[in-house]
Amino acid sequence: MNQQHEIAIEIGGTPILFRTHDSSFREMMIDRYGGFIGFLSRPTLEFEVELVTPSGEMESEEDAQVEMRDGLWHFRRGDFRAQWDPGAGRGYIRQSANPYSVDSVLRIVHSLILAGKGGFLLHAASAIRDGRAFLFSGISGAGKTTISRLAPPDVVLLTDEISYVRREARGYHACGTPFAGELARVGTNCSAPVATLFLLGKGSENKIEVVNTAEAVRCLLRNILFFAEDAELVEMIFRSACDFVDRVSVRRLTFVPDTRVWDLIV
Amino acid sequence: MSEKYIGRSSQIAARVLGGEMMVMSSVDSTFFTLNEVATAIWQAADGRTPLTEIVVRNVCDEFEVDLETARRDAEQFVSELSHHGILLVSDHPFDMSAGPVEAA
Repeated sequence: MNQQHEIAIEIGGTPILFRTHDSSFREMMIDRYGGFIGFLSRPTLEFEVELVTPSGEMESEEDAQVEMRDGLWHFRRGDFRAQWDPGAGRGYIRQSANPYSVDSVLRIVHSLILAGKGGFLLHAASAIRDGRAFLFSGISGAGKTTISRLAPPDVVLLTDEISYVRREARGYHACGTPFAGELARVGTNCSAPVATLFLLGKGSENKIEVVNTAEAVRCLLRNILFFAEDAELVEMIFRSACDFVDRVSVRRLTFVPDTRVWDLIV
Repeated sequence: MSEKYIGRSSQIAARVLGGEMMVMSSVDSTFFTLNEVATAIWQAADGRTPLTEIVVRNVCDEFEVDLETARRDAEQFVSELSHHGILLVSDHPFDMSAGPVEAA
């Protein structure tokens, strides 16, 4: 009954270990995170998951709140409470037995880890073609899932919803994520250097246009996932967005929803 | 009309990219792109130089604009950025490292 069950979820090469007393919860996580389960890597950080009966307070529609107090990150949303000690690399989550709370904690933790390393999570679909990654960014309805669904067989989909952008010595890499959008399919767990960021829009013809630098930074900042209202982190994200635009080509991609749009993605 | 002194807030991130100055408030995440004239004023905002002197020296002389027009535009620019806490404004000189004096 008190046996602990562990599962490591590795995204962007960063394994995070979750420990629970509930074997069925672990099975649910394995089922959900498929190709992102890590069996060999040493975890970067660990979370104890305490499963509780949902209370009235925890069923509220509260938005995610993330704040640093006394050296600890505190996360809370209607369906969970969590704490993470970044120095010790340990934390806990109190939640009901659902897969969405862990998913949110993963997004928050990875956004914080990436911010400190010059990367970010981006509202974007992403895919690899011929060894190069392409990002397709936009708000809901811009076409992230549509362009993912239209991808030809030679394209490896990394995600149709949340892209993982990691800073490397010579540029940026996009990594697959299990964060799925309307496609309801986890991405492929691999990575490639980012060739182009496309700002998505649907239109009456397929076309690619140059975007000026300020507009590129503005759009990028608008689509970066960011939870903490922390001045130091906001500044890091701004610098990361500027660095990214300085190094990676950013274009506006207007498309009609059929497979010919992929003729332009080379 | 009393003189104004302007200084850059410490709670911002700024960077020149593609020839444009980009400024973001780390307090409310508002993002601005400054044109050449606004950049000239921004860079001269040291908390000690009167705004009129900045306008004359960094705008009128550099961009061949008449004083009345330049001053009006500068007042508008300063008002907007100070509203977001990106520029600090005071009616007397101040030390930028000492923190906000008055966000007008």
